[in-house]
Amino acid sequence: MSVAERFGATVVEPADEKETAAILRNANETGQAVIPTGGGTKLDWGNPPRKADMLLSMRRMNRVIEHAWADLTVTVEAGCTIAALQRTLAEHGQRLAVDPLWPERATVGGILATNDSGALRLAFGALRDLIIGVTLVLADGTIAMSGGKVVKNVAGYDLPKLATGSLGTLGVITRAVFRLHPLPRNARTLTIAATDANDMQRIILAILGARLAVTAVQARPGKEIDILLEGTMDGIAAQEAVIKEMGAVREGSPAVWKAREELWGDAPIVKFTCLPSQIASTSTSFSGFVIQATGIGYAPFTGDLRRLREAMEREGGSLMILGKSELDAWGNAGDALPLMRAVKAQFDPKNTLSPGRFVGGI
Amino acid sequence: MSPETLEELRRILGPHGLISSPEEIKTYECDGLTNFRVVPSAVVLPNSAEEVQAVVRICHRERIPFVARGSGTGLSGGALPVKGGIVIGLARMKRIIEVDLPNARIVVEPGVINLEVTGRVAAADFFYAPDPSSQSVCSIGGNVAENSGGAHCLKYGFTTTHVLGLEVVLPDGSLVHMGGKTLDAPGYDLAGVFVGSEGTLGIATKITLRIVKRPECVRTLLAAFNSPTEAGAAVSGIIAAGMLPAAIEMMDNLSIQAAEAAVHANYPNCGGLLLVELDGPVAEVDALMAHVDEICRQHGAWEIRVAQSEAERALVWKGRKAAFAAMGRISPNYIVQDGVIPRTALPLILSEIEQLSIETGLRVANVFHAGDGNLHPLVLYDRRIAGQEKAAERLSERILELCIEKGGSITGEHGVGEEKKHMMSKMFAEPDLQTMQRVRCAFDPLQLSNPTKVFPRPRMCGETPGEYVAHPLEVAGIAERF
Repeated sequence: MSVAERFGATVVEPADEKETAAILRNANETGQAVIPTGGGTKLDWGNPPRKADMLLSMRRMNRVIEHAWADLTVTVEAGCTIAALQRTLAEHGQRLAVDPLWPERATVGGILATNDSGALRLAFGALRDLIIGVTLVLADGTIAMSGGKVVKNVAGYDLPKLATGSLGTLGVITRAVFRLHPLPRNARTLTIAATDANDMQRIILAILGARLAVTAVQARPGKEIDILLEGTMDGIAAQEAVIKEMGAVREGSPAVWKAREELWGDAPIVKFTCLPSQIASTSTSFSGFVIQATGIGYAPFTGDLRRLREAMEREGGSLMILGKSELDAWGNAGDALPLMRAVKAQFDPKNTLSPGRFVGGI
Repeated sequence: MSPETLEELRRILGPHGLISSPEEIKTYECDGLTNFRVVPSAVVLPNSAEEVQAVVRICHRERIPFVARGSGTGLSGGALPVKGGIVIGLARMKRIIEVDLPNARIVVEPGVINLEVTGRVAAADFFYAPDPSSQSVCSIGGNVAENSGGAHCLKYGFTTTHVLGLEVVLPDGSLVHMGGKTLDAPGYDLAGVFVGSEGTLGIATKITLRIVKRPECVRTLLAAFNSPTEAGAAVSGIIAAGMLPAAIEMMDNLSIQAAEAAVHANYPNCGGLLLVELDGPVAEVDALMAHVDEICRQHGAWEIRVAQSEAERALVWKGRKAAFAAMGRISPNYIVQDGVIPRTALPLILSEIEQLSIETGLRVANVFHAGDGNLHPLVLYDRRIAGQEKAAERLSERILELCIEKGGSITGEHGVGEEKKHMMSKMFAEPDLQTMQRVRCAFDPLQLSNPTKVFPRPRMCGETPGEYVAHPLEVAGIAERF
C-alpha cells in the first residue's frame, strides 16, 4: 500500500518555496491537515496523525543550491536525498558528516525532521551540530529563514535546532545549510570481541577515555565492538596499537556500519538513550541491537514496552518507538511539555501540520 | 519600584542579597560594552534556583522587567539593565554540582567561571572546549546566554555544542528542564533554542555540560606572511587539503604591534601572522603539521616557528587573547567589532576595510578567527577629537554591512544585545524576525526577560489561539497529559 493510500491523503508536490507557502496557507485556512514528507522512509515514526488530508512532498525540491566547497558549507533543498547530496559533495572531497538510515531514499528534510543521525555522531555531533541555516514555511504561509551560510553566527534565535527533530509539527523544512567536513584520507574499521557484557562496557569506556581520536564506536550482539578510525595512515596505525592493548582486535568490515539498518524487520524498533556507562546493563534487555558509544541504541523489541520504557526513564534515559505501536511513541517529555505546546501554538495555532504525531499529542 | 516590592525582595534574599543604594548599584549600570549605561531600580544576588524563582515571580506579578547578569563581560550590551527593571546577578550561584568523568559530563551553576570548569577536570585529562578570550572571568551562565565561541570552536564547536541540559526559570517563575545528561530527550530541542537567546527566554540555573578528553598532543605553528591576503590564501590551502585544525587565527601588523607592546609575545614583525593549532594523536599531528608547514611556505611564509614547549605555546596564545585590550597601547579609544563572512571573502573584505580606513582616516586593526571567517576589526579613534567617535561608529557599522553583503553575519560570538539590534533588520527579513519572536512569545508572552534586546521591535504576543484537541490515545485512556 502506498504511503498516500495508507494515510488516505492527497499527495501534493510543490516546485518551490512560494508554491509550498501557497498550498500551506490554503490548507491552513480550509482546515486541512498536512503531513510534510520527503522519501517517505520514516512516515510511521511518531504517533499516527490525528488527521491527514494532504501529504506535502518535497520530492521535486531536490537541488543542491550551492556547494561552497572552499567555505565548507552547502545549501540544499529539503527533497534532495542524502546519497545524491553526498555524491555532489564528494566531487570536492567533502561530506556531510552524518550517516542516517537508508541514504539512497532518505532526504535532507526527512533526516532533519526525525533527527536521524548514526554512529558518526561521536566525532562530528548530531544534525543539530551540523545545520547552520534553515528555511521554514509555516502553516500560515510565512517563509522564514534563520541562521545563515556561515559556520559561526549568533544573530537571532537558533531555529535550525528547533526545527531539527520537530517531526514536521512547526513548519515545513524547505531548505537547509550545513557545515561540511573533508572526506577522510583513509578509514579503517576494527572489531573487538569482548568476553562478556562487563568487558564490553570496560572496552567502550576505555576507548572513550583514551586520548584517541576515534570517529565512531558501536556495540553489537555477541559482545562485538566496532571502531572506526579515520585520518593519516600513521595516525590510524598509532591508534590501532593503543586499541590492541584493550582486547582481541580483528580487521572489521565497513559493512558493520550498516548494522543499524539491518535491525528493521517484523518486530517494532525502539530507539533508546542511556549514558555511555549504562550501555552494558541496557543491552541486556535486547537480543539484537546496535548501541552507539554516545549512548543511543536501536533494537527490535517484542516484549512489554511500557515496562521497558519505565525502566529506561527511571535511569535517566528514554525510549522511543520507531513505527506502529499501541503505546505512545515518545514517552515522558518532562516538565517542559507545556512550553513545547506553547511553541507549537505560536507556530501552528490551528494544528495544521502533522497533528498528533509529536510528544504529548502535539 | 515600590518600597513594598523592595521589602519583599529583601525578605527573600536577605540583607546582603539586595543592592539598592545608588552608589553600589552603579557597578551594574553596564557590561563590557561601556558606552551604553542604564541604572537599574535594584540588583538582586540570589543563592539558589528557588531564590531566582521567587524574584522572577514577583517580577511577573508586578510586571517588572529583569535582566540576568553573569560576570558582566559581554561585549554587545546583553546585560545592560532595563530602565525601571531589576538586575539578577548570578555570581553567587557558583557551585559545581556533579562531575561524571566516565560519561564526560559536568553539572554546574550559572555563576561558575568558564576556566574553572576545565580547572576542575584537568587532573583527569579533560577540558571544557569553548574558550572565549575572557574565559578567566566570564561565567558559564553568560556563555549559555551568548552561545560563546572562542578560538577553538573551529574544531570543537560553540557553547551550544557542549550544553546537554538546562534547568531554566521561565519568565513566569516556573522551573523547567530541557535536555539532560542523556542525548535526544523526547520533544523539541528547547535547549538548542535557549542557548544564545541572550537572556530573553529565561534564566538558566543549572547547566549540564559535555567535557572533552584532552588530545594526546597539541602543536602550535606561527607563520609570518607579508600580508593578511597571503596568509588568507594559506588558510584556503589548509582547508582545501582536507584538514580541520583546532584553531586558525590571523593578526595584521597593527594588532601584532599592539600585542607586542602589551604582552611581548615575541611575534615576528610581519604584515599577516597566522597561528595554526593542530591537536590529536602524536603521529597524526606530526604528519599533518609537516603538510601545514609546506602549504604556508608555498603561500609565501618567510618565517615559521613551532612552539617548542607548553610555555611557548601559552605565550603565543597570550598575545592573541590580549589583542583587544592591547589596543589601549596604541590608541586612546577603540571599538571591538564582531562580524562573520564566508572565509573565502576574506581578501575582498580586507581591501574594502582598508579603503574605508583611508577614506575616514581612522586606523583599523584586524584580528580574525580565520578558519571560520569570524572577523574582529578594531576601529581605533580618539574621543577627544570632535566627531571621531561618531565616525568610528559609522565605520564599524559599515564593516558589518559589508559582512551582510557577502552572505555573512553581524555577530559570530559577541551577540546582538543592545548594540546591534538595529542591524538585525539588515540581515533578516521581517518574516524571519517575526518567526523568531514567536519563540519569544511562547517563552515570555509578557516580554519581561531582558526585553528591548536582540530584536529591533517587539512582537505583540497577544493571546495564543489554538483550541485544545484531545489526542486519540488520551481518549482511549492509553496516554495521559502531564
